[in-house]
Amino acid sequence: MNLDFSNDQKYLQEEARKFFDKEGGLSKARDVMDNALQLDKELWQKIVDLGWTGIRIPEEYEGLGLGHLELCVIAEELGRSLAPVPFSSSVYFFTEALIKYANDEIKTDILPSLVSGEIIGTYGIAEDMHQATESNLSVSVSTDNISGIKIAVPDAGIASHMIVVAKSSSGTDLRLVDLQDSSVTINLQKNLDTSKSFFKVEFDNTPSKLIGKSGEGWIYIQHLLDQAAVLFAFEQVGGSQAALDMAKAYSMERFAFGRQIGSYQAIKHKLADMYISLTLAKSNCYYGAWALSSESAELPLASATARVSATKAFQLCSKENIQTHGGNGFTWEYDCHLFYKRSKVLSILLGSEATWKEKLVTSLEKTNTLEKG
Amino acid sequence: MDFKDTPEQAKFRAECREWLEANAELKENKSGRNIDSSLDDHLKVAKEWQQKKYDAGWAMLHWPKEYGGIEASPIERIIWGQEESKFNVPGGIFEIGLGMCGPVMMQYATEEQKSRYLSPMAEGKEIWCQLFSEPSAGSDVAGLRSKAEKDGDDWIINGQKVWTSGAHYSDFGILVVRHDPDIAKHKGLTFFFVDMKSPGITVKPIKQITGQAGSGAGFNEVYFDDVRIPDSQRLGEIGDGWKVAITTLMNERLAVGDAKGSDIEEALILSKTKDDAGEAMIKNDSVREKLADWFCEANGLKYTKFRTISALSKGEAPGPEASITKIVSANKLQEIGNFGIDSGDMAGMLIDDEDGVSSFQGAWLGAPGLRIAGGTDEILRNVIAERVLGLPQDPRADKGIAFKDIPTKV
Repeated sequence: MNLDFSNDQKYLQEEARKFFDKEGGLSKARDVMDNALQLDKELWQKIVDLGWTGIRIPEEYEGLGLGHLELCVIAEELGRSLAPVPFSSSVYFFTEALIKYANDEIKTDILPSLVSGEIIGTYGIAEDMHQATESNLSVSVSTDNISGIKIAVPDAGIASHMIVVAKSSSGTDLRLVDLQDSSVTINLQKNLDTSKSFFKVEFDNTPSKLIGKSGEGWIYIQHLLDQAAVLFAFEQVGGSQAALDMAKAYSMERFAFGRQIGSYQAIKHKLADMYISLTLAKSNCYYGAWALSSESAELPLASATARVSATKAFQLCSKENIQTHGGNGFTWEYDCHLFYKRSKVLSILLGSEATWKEKLVTSLEKTNTLEKG
Repeated sequence: MDFKDTPEQAKFRAECREWLEANAELKENKSGRNIDSSLDDHLKVAKEWQQKKYDAGWAMLHWPKEYGGIEASPIERIIWGQEESKFNVPGGIFEIGLGMCGPVMMQYATEEQKSRYLSPMAEGKEIWCQLFSEPSAGSDVAGLRSKAEKDGDDWIINGQKVWTSGAHYSDFGILVVRHDPDIAKHKGLTFFFVDMKSPGITVKPIKQITGQAGSGAGFNEVYFDDVRIPDSQRLGEIGDGWKVAITTLMNERLAVGDAKGSDIEEALILSKTKDDAGEAMIKNDSVREKLADWFCEANGLKYTKFRTISALSKGEAPGPEASITKIVSANKLQEIGNFGIDSGDMAGMLIDDEDGVSSFQGAWLGAPGLRIAGGTDEILRNVIAERVLGLPQDPRADKGIAFKDIPTKV
């Protein structure tokens, strides 16, 4: 039994943590928030220089050719630091889509530039404020040109390319679009967490390239979502741990009625519940990481479980961190709200908790037997 | 990452498996209910099984070689436990002796006592129990009030113990009592072992909310009326009782793990198969939501255990993650039991004439006890907060004063 990361992966995690501690991810997130910057360019360049955008990209395309587990440990540290960079859009989603489904020509064209940072990618699924399904998509493709509107597209203001889920004559396609094309209009949308940015992207007969087979796009996107859900769950676990650490530190230094508030059972039990929720989420993430890295058929169940569990943990830890801080927690000055807002955005970015619970139970329905723990 | 045994572990597992297959029957149904046999029958079968294990060297794997064990590593104990649990064999009788009383005897008893008591304990010939909790000392067990008074070479014990598993069939017990109420609470305690057949000991089974009393490893009240214990049966120095008890309790915390009983597997089977107004229950959205929540908990616990095993497997000390197990599993058990009962709708309260209480009904009745035994939910949250997260202790009203001056009522 070895449900653990390797020493090399743990070393990478430690290096990532030191890097974000030194760079001050939280203050960078705050800077982006206060100045509507969309990303911290300097931090992003350093991440590119470390080679992390190319972790999963095969060596023949100038990447590091590593596995998903390396990505998991970096995701946890990103989540802890709230670093304002387009890592999840570009690395968990865009890059994975190309590695998995694109032809050699596209790979040769794009992958090396993702490693070098010349290309930043993102993805667009949502079109309205409800759950996207294959039948309610309206962005459509006709002879390789796409038209329609995607909303809540993460990082589109700084991305150069985008994977678009679009209706085609054979069903649903994944389409690669160059966002610099003059037919594309991109507008920033207001959102709850301004340390991240979301955009409305309009296509008007925009040229696009097919990724994989026409008509298979919805199957591809489900798999990409399942993969990304595990990585997002690691970010959520990292964020949960940071919120719990903050609550703990404050409960040790804050005095009320002549004693540390952390000595009251009301606070202790709250923090114990945060720890319990975080521990369950982390263990479910390890299961997800195993399924992701071993390309197991259990991935849909494992990713939904990691996702739901981590969503619950981050929501609990971030809201109870505010509560532990009392009035201070409700100020702009304290960092509590950064985690609260990030937890909300991460919990819906790939689809809501309800959507993922439904995926989880759908997988359970297909399971004939469960092995007892 | 993988879930495979190392070659050495696989070899050990195969050895366990081979012996078990030759000596016991595989369980047919993993979640089958226990068939109630009479206590005497159960004890007889359990003792025979223990003797069989002892003769083949499987009885107390973790014990030192000099006492007949093989000094098995934690991972080997886990592997044995995983394999043994797949077979239809009796359990729940010797764990307290082998897990808590044996180690404490090894550490504190004389050589003569060790050679007298340890082998019969391991062979299953003599059963041991643990006499700690008292009516006024549950979570705060160091607040116990049973008295020990010195009389020549003997001690005279008076008082009452409670929640003593198996006292009604035990031959010996380990006991903490107060030898001096005039000094601080934790300093006035002394530790003994006692012959449960001693004159003056009365054992009364406790009738639990399940309606059961004295069946299986049931709980008891144990009364001590002028019970004489020779000083030679003292374990540790006079006044060291708390130190000795803590060692034993640490072993209990490790031993009390998953709440046994209905889990997500059974809830899922029920939801898929049981009809609810013309459709399988699983088609109901509120049922789906519950299944998702329970699966996240059950799966989280399963892989938490795997993380612990992985650390042990590499010879590393496991992290504190296993501390969440009992709180999560006992509460989940209560919810799933409740859900199973509700599936019977207006008639869910009925007990089957032939089969007795269903596993869901049993889970619902038993879960409140599991949320208390071996550390209440509240104590365990304190443990997580203080020992895992490092938060400060609560200020205490029982520090720095004599035990007799500690407030006990308004």
